[in-house]
Amino acid sequence: MRLVVDLNRCQGYAQCAFLAPDVFAMHGEEGLLYTPEADEAQREKLAQAAAACPVQAILVDAVDPPAEAVSGER
Amino acid sequence: MNGDASLEQLRREGRVVIVGASLAGLRAAETLREKGFAGSLTMIGDEPYEPYDRPPLSKQVLLGMAGADRTALPRRRALDATWRLGVPATGLDMAAGRVRLADGDEVPYDRLLIATGVRARPWPHAAEAELDGVFVLRTRDDGAALARRLAERPKRVLVIGAGFTGSEIASACRERGLAVTVAERAAAPLVGALGGVVGAVAAELQREHGVDLRCGVMVTALEGDATGRVRAAHLSDGSSVETDVVIVSLGATRNTEWLAGSGLGAGPRGIACDAGCRAFDIRGIVTDDIYVAGDVARSPHALFGYQFLSLEHWGNAVSQAETAAHNMLSASSDRLPHLWMPAFWSSQFGVNIKSVGVPTLGTEIVVSQGSLADRRFVGVYGYQGRVIGAVAFDHARWLPFYQELIETTVPFPPPFPTVDRRPEGRRPVDADFPDPSVPTHGPTVTLSGYSPADRRMTFTPAH
Amino acid sequence: MTQSLLHQILDYANRADPYPIYEELRKTPVHHEEDGPYVVGTYYEIRSLLHDPRISSDARNLASTARDPLAESAQEGSALPPSFLRLDPPEHDRLRRMTNRPFGPPHSPHRVDGMRGELRDIVAGLIDGIGDPGRIDLVEEFSYPFPVTVICRLLGVPREDEARFHTWADTIAASLDPDPDADPTERGKESHEARMQLGMYLAGLIEERRKKPGDDMLSELATAKGPDGAMTTMELLSTAALLLIAGHETTVNLVTNGMLTLLRNPDVLQRLRADPRLAVPVVEELLRFEPPVQLVPQRTPLADIEIHGVTIPKGASLWLVLASGNRDPQRFENPDRFDPDRRDIQHLGLGSGIHSCFGAPLARLEAQLALAELARRLENPRLLEDPPPYRQNAVLRGPRHLPIACDGIRP
Repeated sequence: MRLVVDLNRCQGYAQCAFLAPDVFAMHGEEGLLYTPEADEAQREKLAQAAAACPVQAILVDAVDPPAEAVSGER
Repeated sequence: MNGDASLEQLRREGRVVIVGASLAGLRAAETLREKGFAGSLTMIGDEPYEPYDRPPLSKQVLLGMAGADRTALPRRRALDATWRLGVPATGLDMAAGRVRLADGDEVPYDRLLIATGVRARPWPHAAEAELDGVFVLRTRDDGAALARRLAERPKRVLVIGAGFTGSEIASACRERGLAVTVAERAAAPLVGALGGVVGAVAAELQREHGVDLRCGVMVTALEGDATGRVRAAHLSDGSSVETDVVIVSLGATRNTEWLAGSGLGAGPRGIACDAGCRAFDIRGIVTDDIYVAGDVARSPHALFGYQFLSLEHWGNAVSQAETAAHNMLSASSDRLPHLWMPAFWSSQFGVNIKSVGVPTLGTEIVVSQGSLADRRFVGVYGYQGRVIGAVAFDHARWLPFYQELIETTVPFPPPFPTVDRRPEGRRPVDADFPDPSVPTHGPTVTLSGYSPADRRMTFTPAH
Repeated sequence: MTQSLLHQILDYANRADPYPIYEELRKTPVHHEEDGPYVVGTYYEIRSLLHDPRISSDARNLASTARDPLAESAQEGSALPPSFLRLDPPEHDRLRRMTNRPFGPPHSPHRVDGMRGELRDIVAGLIDGIGDPGRIDLVEEFSYPFPVTVICRLLGVPREDEARFHTWADTIAASLDPDPDADPTERGKESHEARMQLGMYLAGLIEERRKKPGDDMLSELATAKGPDGAMTTMELLSTAALLLIAGHETTVNLVTNGMLTLLRNPDVLQRLRADPRLAVPVVEELLRFEPPVQLVPQRTPLADIEIHGVTIPKGASLWLVLASGNRDPQRFENPDRFDPDRRDIQHLGLGSGIHSCFGAPLARLEAQLALAELARRLENPRLLEDPPPYRQNAVLRGPRHLPIACDGIRP
């Protein structure tokens, strides 16, 4: 699962890092680092983390990667 | 009537071409589909990869938390697009409505969005730039190559340029326990974006984390060994640094060369467009079918005197792409202006730095909350007696308040007490930005992908 | 005679459904009655004030003329110094940072995540222990003991001492309620006494943990030496008291309000039974729809501030009615509809800004697990009383009892 956090919105409430610590990590008091591609095993925790974000800054793939194949083909 | 019918036809069976398959291009494409665009969509990108996120390249990727090949952007929805990746656009025929590709193909469009972004400014001496161990950091390939080299534990890394990207790279290297020298032409890191007062805090932060920070110097030459590997850098103060990895972090160049001669108002400063994201041609006349979004765009902003701003900001790319996509499918009265409040972030040496507004316009700064010495503070920038920008070090939750101050053009310095206003925060001081009227940028000028430092203001529209 | 809006908010008769009064409240940007606090109930204004550095949480900044029973009880209750909830930066930031060290990231990133199994076991045990399915008081049998057990384990407070601190905690929680009819002097005295007793109890515990530290938060707080140094004993006592009280007084209501709301929305309950993952959006919507902390009654401006033409003077008492903001139609579509499918849900249920709920991630997990398991295990549950009897408290609002019945308990 691909994900991205809008760090302009993020205010460091760390809810994601509490609930899915293998995907999100606080770096210092307020900075957030995350794994942009999470393992399938993290799906439920990732959903919890995204829902809990007080500023709704976490975007998780709405599309399975293979469903939208990308190639250089015309 | 006629207009409505042709818009309806555009939505149903029109051809939209997006040049630039990164953040802005992807979000624009998704917005088009969300708005009901059912025609053909072609995404053209010079890199052979699907859209990926760049900010992690200087953080998670260098720290080894994520592979450079695993930063692809999540999708909001399926796109049903034709992807032409790894094939740069090389020309534009405005009259015929066609984009030329490097492989000789031509792609016709009814609406074109240009989101070609910027690229890293290379080391100016081509032969030295070719040395093994000399890197820039902008693309996924750059990130992968640099991460690989850092994993080999070089004896010393030299970062040229202490803008945001350079500083983040230095931070990641220190966290990995690597020896780092940073060479910066200005008096401190981040001065181009945040001024000397805040730059001094950034300098302390770097030194405290063990960075060998050299300010007020330029790198004059890179020296290779017999095998073509970089071994040393020579500095303008006569000193030299032995190093096996050099990262050139001198800001960015706009990807507009492919538009040369097309008649579009494009140049080294980017592509000028109106507040609705429509590109100007070289005569200063706005086009109807060509839109611009992201780092490559320059557009007028109501809050900042309608001056043309170019913003190399992640949030700007998203917002401008959405506005451009909306406007492409809308009649003139339904179009929206791009009025995004400039904002950026940087994470370095364990500190979260965030900013709103345009600090670089500021002439003065006052610390309204916290203290510089604690490295936890809000600095407010003033310009002609009003609040124009703010920066927060580990104080992100207060920034929405300062955004409101900027939006409501509150006087500077803000006269009120705050929950943590210290004696040092009673009087504004000179924000200490380098003189913007001096356009010379030597090789160590410090610009970065997330920095507003190279926002350019001009009172002449396109040309 | 019509009651003033402020009295209506505080009137126990309106406890079961304060939302029509909040609707009235939202008709003016700032509601103010003679001598009373300035009350704000619209979403955007509340959110801005929560991020406004001119607004203090420190009772010492209240003007002496501001009539606020809370301030009085806070002064009376000087047995313990103010906790970080009632402090401003930099003291607030320092204490919260130190308290967070043994609780959350970056220093303890796995503490809460690591409690999932334990939470599940506690929930299972409590549901197993339900007596007569024909008449269950969900509060007594489930929603009170669950968070109390959790906070005791987390802090390292012996569960068997619960009877001792329960009364103190209730008294202190009640003192947070700006009940106009209560005698402030009498209440102040009671709350002072309770704080004193709780303080002495915790002091004894902390002494033990200092000698023989465990892996609980109290031990870590008592022995920690981070970059911010160590807490003083008094700071430690205030912090421990805050965590102990806040750790269960609020979650009780979240869980009880949750079950009540689900029983009033049987289609959602049915969906939750079929898919426990729905608990995640259910709890977020619940935090919007029936937040356990209805209002923040303890703010004061450090300077005159103006909101839509109304000046709130420096030192005035300022109330932010979070539960009203959560029902603001300017912000949420169909705000009075409980809709876990809502995509746009940036509620104020846990506050916002630097004082946003410290225990939020734990409260979320507790409520998600509790509601998912109750939905799964209770057969054909139904309300025996609607509305149920509420607690007096208008701030920490929730049912005192939630009598329900079901046909049986699934394994």
